[in-house]
This record gives sequence, C-alpha cells and structure tokens, in this order.
Amino acid sequence: MMSEKKAHDALDRRSFLRASGLAGAGLFATSAPVLSQQGKPDPAITDVQDWARNLGPGVVSSPYGKPSEFEKHVIRRDVEWLTAGKESSVSFTPLHELDGVITPNGLCFERHHSGIAHVDPAKHRLMLNGLLDRQMVFTMDDLKRFPGRQNRAYFLECAANSGMEWRGAQLNGCQFTHGMVHNVWYTGIPLKTLLDEAGVKTNGKWILAEGADSSGMTRSIPLDKAMKDCMVAWAMNGEALRPEQGYPLRLVVPGWEGNMWVKWLRRIEVGDQPWHAREETSKYTDLLADGRSRRFTWIMDAKSVITNPSPQAPLKHKGPNVLTGIAWSGRGSITRVDVSIDGGKNWRTARMDGPSMPLSMARFYVDFDWNGQELLLQSRAMDSSGYVQPTKNDLRQVRGTNSIYHNNGIQTWLVRANGEAENVEVS
Amino acid sequence: MSKSAKFIAIAAAATIAFAVAPALSQGKKKSGLGRVALPEEIAAWDTDVRPDGAGLPPGKGSVKEGEALFQEQCAACHGEFGEGAGRWPVLAGGQGSLKSEGPEKTVGSFWPYASTTFDYIRRAMPFGNAQSLTPDQVYALTAYVLQLNDLVKEDFVLSRENFASVKLPNEKNFYDDDREVSEKHFWNKKPCMTNCKVEVKVTGHARVLDVTPDSKTGPKVD
Ligand code: HEC
Repeated sequence: MMSEKKAHDALDRRSFLRASGLAGAGLFATSAPVLSQQGKPDPAITDVQDWARNLGPGVVSSPYGKPSEFEKHVIRRDVEWLTAGKESSVSFTPLHELDGVITPNGLCFERHHSGIAHVDPAKHRLMLNGLLDRQMVFTMDDLKRFPGRQNRAYFLECAANSGMEWRGAQLNGCQFTHGMVHNVWYTGIPLKTLLDEAGVKTNGKWILAEGADSSGMTRSIPLDKAMKDCMVAWAMNGEALRPEQGYPLRLVVPGWEGNMWVKWLRRIEVGDQPWHAREETSKYTDLLADGRSRRFTWIMDAKSVITNPSPQAPLKHKGPNVLTGIAWSGRGSITRVDVSIDGGKNWRTARMDGPSMPLSMARFYVDFDWNGQELLLQSRAMDSSGYVQPTKNDLRQVRGTNSIYHNNGIQTWLVRANGEAENVEVS
Repeated sequence: MSKSAKFIAIAAAATIAFAVAPALSQGKKKSGLGRVALPEEIAAWDTDVRPDGAGLPPGKGSVKEGEALFQEQCAACHGEFGEGAGRWPVLAGGQGSLKSEGPEKTVGSFWPYASTTFDYIRRAMPFGNAQSLTPDQVYALTAYVLQLNDLVKEDFVLSRENFASVKLPNEKNFYDDDREVSEKHFWNKKPCMTNCKVEVKVTGHARVLDVTPDSKTGPKVD
C-alpha cells in the first residue's frame, strides 16, 4: 500500500512533469534495478578483502584524525591564473563533495592577503581604542573568561564569490564558481560585551577592525552592526580556529561579506566616521556600468547553487538520482528553494532538510529519475525578507558586468546525455 | 536530617550562590577583565589614517625621494611607473577606463581618497616586509604614487599639513549601497513557476580552463 506521503510525492512529480512538458518524454521513468554483471557473483562480496582479514592500525595511529585515504581528492583547490602569487590568493571549498549544512574546518575556503599568519596565542592581544571611556587590552585568557559565551552557525561568503562569471560562464565546477563560501559553528562572545566593557562614547558611530597579519587587514563597520550580532570568536565547529581562518581570534560579521570577518583580530577602534581603508575603496566596491561605484555593499544577498550534479560531479547512473545543493542569505533565513530542469522555464519547490537558521546555510534536495535526457539545471533561493535570487541577466541589467563583487545570479548547469555537466548561460 | 532534606538544603545553598553571581555581571556592570592600554601600545598599533587626515603622523616626503624609494623597494612588483610587473597590481593610469570593457582601477582612476594610499602603504607594503617604512618614507612614496597618476607636480612635497589639499578625481562617483531601492524588483513574493519563458537557448559555455579534475575523461554512465 502506498503511504499518503508517497502518493503525494508521486502526484507532485506527475504535475511537475506535466508543467515541464516532459511527461511524455519519460524523463522520470523508473528504470529496472541493475543486475550484477551477467549474474556473476560480485568479488567485492565473494573475495575476502584485506580489511576483513588483517588487523588495522591501532588507536592513536592518527592522533588527530584524518579523512579516509579514498577521499584524497576532497580538497581545497586554487586557480593559479587568478592571482600573481599564493600569499594574496584564494582557495575554494569543494562544495560538490560535501553534504549537510556544516563545512568541515579543513575544507573551508581561504582568502589571505599576505599569507597565513601563524600567531602565538600567548602573544596575541586584542586592543580596544578610540572613542571609548577606557582604552583596553585583552589576552586570549581574558576573552575566554567573559560571561555570555555564544555558539552560532553562520555562512561566510567572499564578496568576490562567482566574480569571474559576470561576463559569462567561465569556470567549470561549482568549487570554482561558488566555492568561496563556508558555513561554520562559531564559539565566542558578542563584540558588544567588549565594547560595553570599554564603554563606547556617545559620538562613537563606527568601528575599525584590524588584523595582526602583515596585510594589516582593516575594515570599517557601523557601530549598530557591531552591537547587534558581531562576535569575537576563537572556535569553529567545536575546536580552535584553524590558522588559515584567523587563529587564535577572528571577527564574525553575520550575513556580511567575508572580507569584513577580520582574521587574527588584534584591534577594534571606535570612531565617528568610516576610515575608507583599501579594502573598502580600491576593493570591495562595486563598479557599475555608468562608471559610478556602490560602496559599503556589505550584505550578501540570497544565493543558491546545485552542487550535485555539477561539472565536477557528473551523473553516472540512469534511474534514481539525488539532486542537491545549498542556499544562504545575508538578509535572513532561506524559506524556499525552487529547482528547474529546463533552464528556468518551469520550477518545482525543492525539499529542504536540516536546519534553516538565519544567516546560515540551508540544504535542499530533489529526488528524481533520469533517463539520459539533457537537463538545464537551475536553483532559485528565496529568503525571509521576500528576496528572490535573480537571474544573471537580471543582475546585469542593473549592474553591468564590471562589478566583480556580489554576483548572486542563478547558476545553470547543462547535463548532457553522457552525464557530463557544464557551466553554461541561458537566454 | 533525611537524605532528601539534606539535598534540599544543599540545593537551596547553591541557588543562593548562583543568584548572587549573575548580579555581578549584569547590566552595565563591568567584568573587570582586561587592562588599560598604554599610550605607547596604542601608538604602536593605531596607524590608521582617515580621509580628513586624522591619524597622520608628523612628517613629510617629496616626489623625488619617493621615486628613489619606489625604484628600490616597489618597482620589482609594481613596475617603474606603477604600470605593474606581470600580474602584480597596477598603481597608475587607467583614467577614463571605468565605463569600458576593461576598467583599470588605480589610485588615480578609481580610488576616492589619497589617505588610503598612505594608510595602506604604511601598514602593508612592501609586500613581505610590511611596517618597515618610516613616516617620511611613506609620505614620499605616497607623493610619488600620486605624481605617477598626474595628481601632483614633480616638485611636490607631501606633509601632514598639506595632505587634506590632495583630492582624488573619482571621489564623487562613489555612493552608498542602494540595493533595497535600485533592486527592489528582486523582492517578489510570487516568482513564476510554470511556462516562465517561451524558449530557452544556451547562450554561453564555460571556456574549459582545465581546472576540473579528470576533465580529460568523460564520465561513464550505466
Ligand atoms: C613583492 C611584490 C611587491 C612589492 C615589492 C610591493 N608590492 Fe605593493 N602590492 C603587492 C601586492 C601583491 C598587492 C596586493 C595585495 C593584496 O592582494 O591584498 C599590492 C598592493 C599595493 C597597493 C594597493 C593597490 C590597489 O590597487 O589596491 C599599493 C598602493 C602598493 N602595493 C604600493 C606599494 C609600494 C609603495 C611599495 C614599495 C614600498 C610596494 N607596493 C611594494 C606586491 C608588492
């Protein structure tokens, strides 16, 4: 007997097919289960495998555990031609190899401006100066003794994520088109706690966050944001920050562009005006078609991408398949993700699984049958502010193609009959 | 005392202890953690400079001095005239290119404020030997970068006193984030679900850049 849920799904699928005009094409026709090769027994079962006979390595053979040797390909990658050297460069999260909503620490993308600072926590200090009742210094020990410790999951996206795609499809793989994003649980204290401890003067309106690395990263942030939900964090996903993510201390600026999440955070200054540092003038301003530029475009708009299938994760089987992807928004939580298999002509609402928390990544799925037909896959995120992820052409209409930053347009993957997927653009 | 009575007594004592503790850390009360920063410590780290000149150290430097320093410490990456060696950043030129297909964003063509040049060189350059320049050297290098962009004359001497007089031409072309107005149409409660387009054509393919692992061999489909 079909359960009510199943019957509903089947109906859903039929109406989706009808809407897509594909019902007759048998795209979602269920294929018969595949027999083992001509009925021969499977040696994976009939042979005794090494691991079934021998003893494995003992405990603490890997005191800090690593992924399976069969997962060696699951790594951050860079695109060499993008930058002059590796110290000021970027590596990308392998989104197509991940699932769920949390990014493992070792796979979180990196963006450094002067390489990875290796900071001794015993010598790390956080200074608060400027328009404060008291100019102050804190050690890491001091910070960890403050009351009101918090745990929060937030996405961090580089404003330049998908920046290479403004003029058209360029990079073939969601790791490269969308991999400057990660989602992590942070532990720390509200920045407000520290600002209150030092006492912000009434004319304090902005803060400047500064890193201890040799780029001396600096960004101006309105005091309102600093007091609302910014955190000073020392742990990610339950363990100390990784050096490449700012060990021992980083700023968390929920929903806002990654560059502001200053790593190796050493100083917070309070002032009455923004500083117009290099990273908020020369960089991280959005040049529009008319030659003018938007500045202080801090919020990351709603965005999503199908991670599987995608160019690095082709379809390998006809019949049942799982389409999956991620969505996030700097304006709230993800309320819905729609998926199209025909390049945006028709849409169905995807199933979300796992938490959909504000300013944190959400995971969506579409369980489907594939008969080898070409697909033009797209996903479209909606957030709790009512914002709907626009097409790339919609974005270009407003912004032109020179803005580098904040490309949250809908991504299209062309899946061919052989299962290969390619980054394409559609009309 | 019975076991349970003892437990209640302990629990009551504990409640009192915890009831007192939070009171110490609530409201505007300070935790007492941390210490006061000394002026020398603040001076060591607080080097930031604002467009209005706030934060500039005393000192001065000429275009001429800057040129010599630049050739010695900067030109290997940024080129003799700030044109950029290889893929290292270009520091000069690009005027009038911002609306073109290939905008060149430099101190002269794009940056809104001269203070950013001073602040950034002082904190981050030369790349790999940051914070090694004296204030006078930073004044001189800033003057030279401005001169490369035809913003000051060859005999110019930049100082804390005349800094605010240097204006960059592109300042007026920056404006605050207006997405909630200019992109209001992206807030659309009922996005189209069916027959949203008449036809769908593929208009562009990724130039395959050989960045995809195993891009040479197609996948096998069973
Ligand atoms: C080893 C190469 C190297 C040397 C030497 C070097 N720079 Fe740089 N410079 C860079 C890199 C790389 C960046 C960009 C860093 C980043 O991505 O954050 C940069 C950025 C800059 C910028 C900002 C450019 C922009 O458009 O945002 C300025 C200004 C600058 N350098 C000035 C100098 C000066 C002045 C010197 C000499 C004192 C110098 N640099 C020496 C590599 C170098």
